[in-house]
Amino acid sequence: MEKLDYSLAELCIVAGAECFREEGETMITVIGLVPRLAGSLAKASFNPGLLMTDGEYYLVSEPVPVGKRDGYIPKIEGIMNYERVFDIVNRGQRHCLITPVQVDRYGQMNISAIGDYVSPKASLLGVRGYPGNTINNRNSMFIPNHSRRSFVEGEVDVVCSAGYNPERYPNRNIGKYVNLVRIVTNLCVMDFLGVNHAVRLVTLHSGVSMEEVRDNTGFEIETSGEIRETPAPTYEQLQLLDQLDPQNLRAMVFKDNPRGRRDV
Amino acid sequence: MKYLDKTTTLSDLASEIESGMSLGIAGWGARRKPMAFIRELLKTDVRDLTIVSYGGADVGMLASAGKIGKLIFAFVSLDAIPLEAHFRRARQAGEFDIMEVDEGMFQDGLKAAAKRLPFLPTRAGIATDILKHNPDIKMVKSPYDDGEELVAMPAINLDIAVAHVNEADQRGNSWIAGPDPFFDEWFCRAAQTSFLTTEKLVETSEFDDPNKAIRMPIERSLISKVAVAKYGAHPTSCAPDYGFDLQHLKAYSASAGEGWSGYREEYVDGVNLEEYISKVGGSESIDNLPLPIF
Repeated sequence: MEKLDYSLAELCIVAGAECFREEGETMITVIGLVPRLAGSLAKASFNPGLLMTDGEYYLVSEPVPVGKRDGYIPKIEGIMNYERVFDIVNRGQRHCLITPVQVDRYGQMNISAIGDYVSPKASLLGVRGYPGNTINNRNSMFIPNHSRRSFVEGEVDVVCSAGYNPERYPNRNIGKYVNLVRIVTNLCVMDFLGVNHAVRLVTLHSGVSMEEVRDNTGFEIETSGEIRETPAPTYEQLQLLDQLDPQNLRAMVFKDNPRGRRDV
Repeated sequence: MKYLDKTTTLSDLASEIESGMSLGIAGWGARRKPMAFIRELLKTDVRDLTIVSYGGADVGMLASAGKIGKLIFAFVSLDAIPLEAHFRRARQAGEFDIMEVDEGMFQDGLKAAAKRLPFLPTRAGIATDILKHNPDIKMVKSPYDDGEELVAMPAINLDIAVAHVNEADQRGNSWIAGPDPFFDEWFCRAAQTSFLTTEKLVETSEFDDPNKAIRMPIERSLISKVAVAKYGAHPTSCAPDYGFDLQHLKAYSASAGEGWSGYREEYVDGVNLEEYISKVGGSESIDNLPLPIF
């Protein structure tokens, strides 16, 4: 059989879905199109137990397709008002897949401001719920533009989240619930299972070299284990994505919608 | 029962706000913000306010109008437009002091105030720059065997809180029709006193309905004044009645900086609510604003 044709966006979505494979009845918070489709794919296939919302206030029993609703009515199974979200955060039953502006070697993230804190070069959103999410729950990241601007040297400009820098903790004890799971980028998949939770390369996307990843990362990453190629989407997964994203919004994630396989 | 008639005008609500006060603004981002009240406040000469808000266009307008002395916030965003242009401009210029905290810490600060406690313990904030940039936020050690070091989130005590609701009666009972009451009740409980703006003023008998009663999180004892403001959340949303006005929010965003005086002139200064509604397209067009879909 001929190899499937798939896009880089689809490869990232499938790699993102893997963040949630080991989760139980966890509420996933998936912000942005790739994370949203990654979570939707996980719930619609190998992990139907995940709790997910319609993007607004209601828990839904099946993922809501992205884009214009086109007559689709979300299948509500409960309410998820904001106050309840924080109760879930504190209990540690949430896993976020998010896109911070900067990430550092400790997995610390920034969405608050770039540059000086008092009068920043660029004011962004604010720390939002990052501090509470990261000290209490599992978190993963999707970084669409793997570069030294996103993976910075030293620490991020404003440390919005708890990571694996022991110097920042009382008595140098890293928070007992801190758990950064994986980072999916346009080049590769990484986790935090290196020595002392160092960022470690897990898989490279088709045709990407280790040098390309190193050149575009502002800190050392571990490459000790066996580095495989990021698993390609299956036919069934691509079919499911057509249902979850009927208007093919995922074709607009990356400029010119590049193919997932660089060798064709 | 005249003594329980709390109804008044929007301009009276704004006249109660004094320079230097700590003001809580309920709602969330671009959702159910008491914007008609904010526009009235813009018309006053009040300044140096401590603004406490899950911020949206409320914070942006107060920032551009130079009303903010200090901002207590976790984010400022218009949801569909992630970055709030007016807030960004002012924040980048360092125009006011800030206390930037986690969304959950923010809630704990309101709840501590509501419980008349000095602080509530939380893990949120540990290992982040929140503690570095807010040296006033202290740690506390659990007095129990675990001895865990926790963040002691200080109470956020408010002088006044303002919330926008779908229906209220003259006593200050109120109904939030949308699916999410956000943290409106906690803003009100953290405040010395609170004001409501309401889409509709109704008879108390309208609330004689168990289905409505479960969406009445703000007890009337928290409320001292009620002002009618039909479409008072515009350009933010007021579910299920109307969604946010994306077109207006875009124009508002584009007015950050040099365009602000023009925006003020068109929509704020000397403009009452009725005129405002007509300027933004009329009641029918607001009724037809779709609820946000994400």
